[in-house]
Amino acid sequence: MDFTLKIWRQENRKAKGRFETYKISNISPDCSFLEMLDILNESLVNKLSHPVCFDNDCREGICGMCGMYINGHPHGPDKGVTTCQLYMRKFTDGETITIEPWRARPFPIIRDLIVDRTALDKIIQEGGYVSATTGGVPDGNAILISKHKADEAMDSASCIGCGACVAACKNASAMLFVSAKVSQLALLPQGKPEAAIRVQNMVAKMDDLGFGNCTNTYACEAECPKQIKRSNIARMNREFICAKVGSEESTKR
Amino acid sequence: MNTLNSKIPEGQLSEKWTKYKASQKLVNPANKRKLDVIVVGTGLAGSSAAASLGALGFNVKIFCISDSPRRAHSIAAQGGINAAKNYQNDGDSVDRLFYDTIKGGDYRAREANVYRLAEVSNSIIDQCVAQGVPFARDYAGMLDNRSFGGAQVSRTFYAKGQTGQQLLLGAYSALSKEIKAGTVKMYERREMMDLVVVDGRARGIITRNLQNGEIERWGAHAVVIATGGYGNVYYLSTNAMNCNGSAAVQCYHKGAFFANPCYVQIHPTCIPVKGEYQSKLTLMSESLRNDGRIWVPKKIEDAQAIREGKLKPTEIAEEDRDYYLERRYPAFGNLVPRDIASRAAKERCDAGYGVGATGFAVYLDFKSAIERLGKDKVEERYGNLFQMYEEIVAVNPYENPMMIYPAVHYTMGGLWVDYELQTTIPGLFAAGEANFSDHGANRLGASALMQGLADGYFVLPYTMQNYLSDQIYQSKISTETEEFANAEKSVKEKLEKIMAIKGEKTVDSLQRALGHIMWEYVGMGRNRENLQKAIPMLENLKKEFWSNVRVTGDLNSLNPELEKAIRLADHIELAQIMAKDALQREESCGGHFREEYVTEEGEAKRNDQDFMFVGVWEYKGKDQEPVMHKEDLKYEFINVQQRNYK
Repeated sequence: MDFTLKIWRQENRKAKGRFETYKISNISPDCSFLEMLDILNESLVNKLSHPVCFDNDCREGICGMCGMYINGHPHGPDKGVTTCQLYMRKFTDGETITIEPWRARPFPIIRDLIVDRTALDKIIQEGGYVSATTGGVPDGNAILISKHKADEAMDSASCIGCGACVAACKNASAMLFVSAKVSQLALLPQGKPEAAIRVQNMVAKMDDLGFGNCTNTYACEAECPKQIKRSNIARMNREFICAKVGSEESTKR
Repeated sequence: MNTLNSKIPEGQLSEKWTKYKASQKLVNPANKRKLDVIVVGTGLAGSSAAASLGALGFNVKIFCISDSPRRAHSIAAQGGINAAKNYQNDGDSVDRLFYDTIKGGDYRAREANVYRLAEVSNSIIDQCVAQGVPFARDYAGMLDNRSFGGAQVSRTFYAKGQTGQQLLLGAYSALSKEIKAGTVKMYERREMMDLVVVDGRARGIITRNLQNGEIERWGAHAVVIATGGYGNVYYLSTNAMNCNGSAAVQCYHKGAFFANPCYVQIHPTCIPVKGEYQSKLTLMSESLRNDGRIWVPKKIEDAQAIREGKLKPTEIAEEDRDYYLERRYPAFGNLVPRDIASRAAKERCDAGYGVGATGFAVYLDFKSAIERLGKDKVEERYGNLFQMYEEIVAVNPYENPMMIYPAVHYTMGGLWVDYELQTTIPGLFAAGEANFSDHGANRLGASALMQGLADGYFVLPYTMQNYLSDQIYQSKISTETEEFANAEKSVKEKLEKIMAIKGEKTVDSLQRALGHIMWEYVGMGRNRENLQKAIPMLENLKKEFWSNVRVTGDLNSLNPELEKAIRLADHIELAQIMAKDALQREESCGGHFREEYVTEEGEAKRNDQDFMFVGVWEYKGKDQEPVMHKEDLKYEFINVQQRNYK
């Protein structure tokens, strides 16, 4: 298969970016999207130019490291997959493919298609955990958890932190990401004692870092490669209101 | 000079760890605050170690090659984590988990280390549950288990097909808590470039900031290497793209000994290679072997027709299928350990019964599982794996058998460590896949997660204190010393040298060449002739790299080509000791299969008389032959047997 690629190139955070056009041919339909970029990059090195920089690691769709805007969709046109699990058979021969980085104020561009997503880690650091230190915990079966709740928590916990939800949102909201973690821990008895503090602190940090608010368009859910449900956002809103109204606990730790 | 002292405590096997903990030295809370620890790597072992050491009160700095600890490749482990809980009442115990792990490792691991691993396994599960890891539960609300290769009990805990992800996110959350508390400082997008040794002790590291190319110095009272394995030496493996053995090689060059480099695990259930452009291989969890049945056609002409696309696997009658694992190993069937399952697949394909377009694939069939359990149950257990398979191969595995073939997956070898997980350099510790300690010549499924977390949560927080207790008189490590300046200078010179070559060959093409040599000559089946061929080939490749590699871009910016080149240079060094170690080990054991040493039935033949030792390699300098030391393995508590899964 042959393609024309329009790729965003930007040397560093401060540099002015631009689209560059590349032609690539003889790509197997079984080739993955990132392998196609590998082939392009090897040809660029052979021409003594700087290859296109993009984040990637596991190439199994689980680490959340890869992510680019492809033809107007985070992770490309295919449903429920990350960029690394996108295959060229999903495109048509001769197609022009536009590739851009995540665009959101809290995700500054580092180089080309690589953005800085450490803002997501900063939100987790505000309370996306159970404050259990190593050792001195009860037996794993001491607290029973219904299968239904455990499965639901697992679904929320499947988030890979890639940031596609933020990139897809016109407000650059991180509500789907934050709510997935809030939900996972709110559903489990281990997360309950800190639930009220957690939701308030995480939401406050999210706002601090410049992520926008949710206006219920659900682009996040539609584009999420792990199909995290928007019901998590509803749960987070409930948790948040209950915490604000009903909790006497301070948000200070 | 043989300086190997494994420091195994005296006494009964079951009492060693308890006694060690009771008599080890501790550091009081006020002094902990004055001691600095560097952890390199943020996978299960690194994150759990940093979180635990931070919670104890040490000053921890952790270095991450990616943008976030959550990207570490522990995240891709699918199947599960073992523990000796015996929740199923099926006869499991610490002793049995210990025995299975030693036997699975083909009697090439240290008894005391493995026993400790089995002992702390239960605490890991409790710890993870307390963190909010959503393990699978049954309808009563209890933790569920599944069985895995190499065991006759169900002791594997799991979270769908994403156990590694959930455990890593658990460790990451514990780490995040400590980062918030200020006990751990996180440095992302940094890669270790060298170890700094001062007066014989590990005192810090040099890193490269991958965002801007800056070379940085970091001092500490102790350093932990938790950078994973070196499977990417083979180019194509199930490891992530950024996984590399570079940090371990740097330590080896600075005097840490490297143990059993030839022990590489080939995983039997991976998606087969498609073409030259292939960048990595995808693993299909071993848990699939619980319900999937592995087969090839019984008739060679059927296999031929399938390869030519004239016949479909679903058209082959039951009696014309060869379920070769069930045939050869009736007791364990499809659940034989990984090395055995891998070689059996290779044997069938080499004999001409392989399927797929290339002939290098076998079937993993869920037809009878779907008939027995129903499609819903199969989907509940393996849904995400089936979806992933269909995405990659574009074949529906509910209707057609999957195609699988073995691929490099895990390296049992690694930095040599004693019982305290300390390397031959005082103050340098190694944890998780980066060390060699627990899996012998072969690792059982669901044991890597167990070992990574055991080392990080429950071993290092104890043993490192024993070392750090006499460091309380040592003031903060200054990075303004000659040793740091020299280390930084040599790193800069090395990078400038690579950039200055400006040759003809891309890093990728040299990496593929290395992978080819290793897979063909130091791969699944090894023999003297091929290994002797590989050694000069690797020497030539090294020369080719240092005279003809082409790295574009510049030193002082984000430059993935340069990153790959640095790692490749180190991987060639590793490949050389892997080949030498494979050549000296004239026996077949675990993942190391020497075609000359087989039983009459074609099974691996160990030689306990001459090879019951750990091969421990010492670096002697550039252009010098490395020297191998031996750590003899003594089995005092276990009866050493020929491994038999029939």
